[in-house]
Amino acid sequence: MTLTAEPVKTLDPIAEAIADAEGIDGVPETFAKALAEGRDEVKPRELVIICYSGDLEKTWASLILASTAAASGVPTKMFLTFWGLQTFVKDEVRVTGKNWMQKMLSVMQRPGISHRKLSKMNFLGMGPWMMGTLAKQYGVAKPKELLEAAQALGVEFMPCQMTMDMFGLKRDDMIDGLGEPVGAATVIELLSNGAAPLFI
Amino acid sequence: MAVLDIATTVDARGLSCPMPIVKTAQAAKTLPSGALLEVLATDPGSTKDFVAWCRQTGNELVEQSVDGAVYRFVIRRK
Repeated sequence: MTLTAEPVKTLDPIAEAIADAEGIDGVPETFAKALAEGRDEVKPRELVIICYSGDLEKTWASLILASTAAASGVPTKMFLTFWGLQTFVKDEVRVTGKNWMQKMLSVMQRPGISHRKLSKMNFLGMGPWMMGTLAKQYGVAKPKELLEAAQALGVEFMPCQMTMDMFGLKRDDMIDGLGEPVGAATVIELLSNGAAPLFI
Repeated sequence: MAVLDIATTVDARGLSCPMPIVKTAQAAKTLPSGALLEVLATDPGSTKDFVAWCRQTGNELVEQSVDGAVYRFVIRRK
């Protein structure tokens, strides 16, 4: 038995197959480039914030996380439901709803991002006023400012259709830039596809 | 110290979390790849936050320093 005198060029069968097909040695440049680019295109996990509460402190936390996630390149969606949807009514809209109960609810809890109440220590508005004053003193952005930043950074807002109906909210009552109203199934699909959930 | 060719500066002095990051992300969007962005901040949390943000977004943290109460970050746009 004689050994071949020719040195073995490559031991990689895939590289050999590519070389055969392309008629050149090694991995083609375009192929290598596509591989390298593909690695950079791995998308970060999506974030879905279920914005359920209308309390000032929780709204604040939701919007801090949403704006930061969007600023970090994380595709971010906010599902606005129950009291969380009231936050996204225009500040200047005072009474919402069609029947007396819907109207009464909006009177008892004024809608709009600038009219949120604290869940504790509200004291007829004294608590939120102190929070606002402290925020200003310490350079903390208010919810309204964070909402504007979140919108500018591409956070998607999904109003809950069921809550729109139950509170008698019209599209005209809501702030600009919200998406189409959706239901729970849309949220569940996002979550089952791997989006990180936050329920606030 | 070599003088860096800074394309734009984000003055986040006096701002709390998350505005230094939010303003930086907004400024970064307007810059071409490879451009240098300078951030000035007074939020002590920003020292960790900018490291995490750069890791997350793939932008490069070129320089990090502190002068008194002001933190300075130089970031190269991905």
